[in-house]
Amino acid sequence: MGIDALKRSLWVFHVNAGSCNGCDIEIVAALTPRYDVERFGIKLVGTPRHADVLLVTGPVTRQMKDKLLRVYEQTPEPKLVVVVGNCGSTCGVFYESYNIEGPVDKLIPVDVYVHGCPPRPEAIIEGIAKAWAKLEKTKVKK
Amino acid sequence: MTPIFIVNAFGLMLLAILIALILNGVERKVVARMQSRIGPPILQPIIDIKKLLMKENIVPETAVKWVFNTMPFVAISTALVFFLYVPFAGQNALLKNQGDLILVLYLLVIPPLALAIGGFASGSNFASIGAQRELVLMLSYEFVLATIVFSLSWLYSVTTPNMPVFSVDLEARPSPWLIVGPFGTVGILLLLITSLAVMPAKAGKLPHDMSEAKTEIADGALAEYSGLNLALLYITQALRTFGFATFIVFLFFPCNIEQFFGFDPFFLPIFNFFFFLAKVFAVMFCSVFIVSAVTARFRIDQASAFYIFTIFTISLFGLLLLILDFFIGGQLYALFG
Repeated sequence: MGIDALKRSLWVFHVNAGSCNGCDIEIVAALTPRYDVERFGIKLVGTPRHADVLLVTGPVTRQMKDKLLRVYEQTPEPKLVVVVGNCGSTCGVFYESYNIEGPVDKLIPVDVYVHGCPPRPEAIIEGIAKAWAKLEKTKVKK
Repeated sequence: MTPIFIVNAFGLMLLAILIALILNGVERKVVARMQSRIGPPILQPIIDIKKLLMKENIVPETAVKWVFNTMPFVAISTALVFFLYVPFAGQNALLKNQGDLILVLYLLVIPPLALAIGGFASGSNFASIGAQRELVLMLSYEFVLATIVFSLSWLYSVTTPNMPVFSVDLEARPSPWLIVGPFGTVGILLLLITSLAVMPAKAGKLPHDMSEAKTEIADGALAEYSGLNLALLYITQALRTFGFATFIVFLFFPCNIEQFFGFDPFFLPIFNFFFFLAKVFAVMFCSVFIVSAVTARFRIDQASAFYIFTIFTISLFGLLLLILDFFIGGQLYALFG
């Protein structure tokens, strides 16, 4: 009981913080019959209250900054943050743009970065798996 | 309230939770296979519950806290008490002499009502919309459910004298198919179809899951629930599905396996248990698994119209055929030889 259950049951909430929709499509592609993340117990949920993992896409625009912080605070502990795509990791082509408040790790603690523009669904699945491995390490430390 | 009764009731409730969760897992697996996916393991709902129990339980600042926290317990306890009144696994209900079908109908209403009240109390707009939809849907299908129960009760009252028609006693209740003529068989078939059509709404499954539509209103009435409360509501949803399937099995297929094959009386409860599971699985397969794999979500007005007009009319036809069968069926059959 406890954190081990997270291994087989990660519920994911997807936050679009100003993404171009490229990464979002790849996240949805991970749910399709070809990749089928549901076989690992990974499920896309509709509200941050149910989530274990926040998938954040996009450089954080000024309008989305407060919302991203709020969604992060709404998520119950223990929680993980996975950034999907170059924009969220480094702001990508929007670097130093006037309306950008990101990258994501300037605002909330990030556990795993998945690179690519957009990343492949395999990379997203691997990123979520790595996030879980990281959670397990923190448990050992305590 | 003897100790034996308490132990039995407790064991029965645990068994009901276990079967409901496993059936939920089977459902996810079957739907995944229909969409040519591999699908989660069958025990996935139990893993989900374990995980939800260790998560933080957040109560929103805007919520009415005591209502928000009480409603999951109300929902799950009524969903469990339901199994004390309805024959389960081919055995008579523990409280068969205390309850009747009317009480069972009310017990079926309380869990969604508690969910809706919890949604209203959570102070979120999404949850309010979800709760409103849940209530509208409930008002639409309860008509149909009442028609089904009262049609069958009327049938028993005219064909089987001295029988308490609303009783939940399995022995007193002959199979409805055996006591009617051809017209009545079609009538009961129509009633069965309508009850299968009510099933997705009772279970909160596609195409009637607009009250928790996660892609448009963020899981609806469940939107603000997390941790322990969410785990309770998750179990309640599974119990509602299983409970209503049990109810349909009791109304339409109350017969046990010993009426078809002879078995050693020592093993009979075990065979009856698996026969019951097979019946429940068949009901759920026809009304939930296939339907939720191939349909998209209705709008709430479409779903409401679907139940109030289409399904309610079909159930009235079923009742009409039962009445025809009883009053003029004999003369008609004589006419056509």
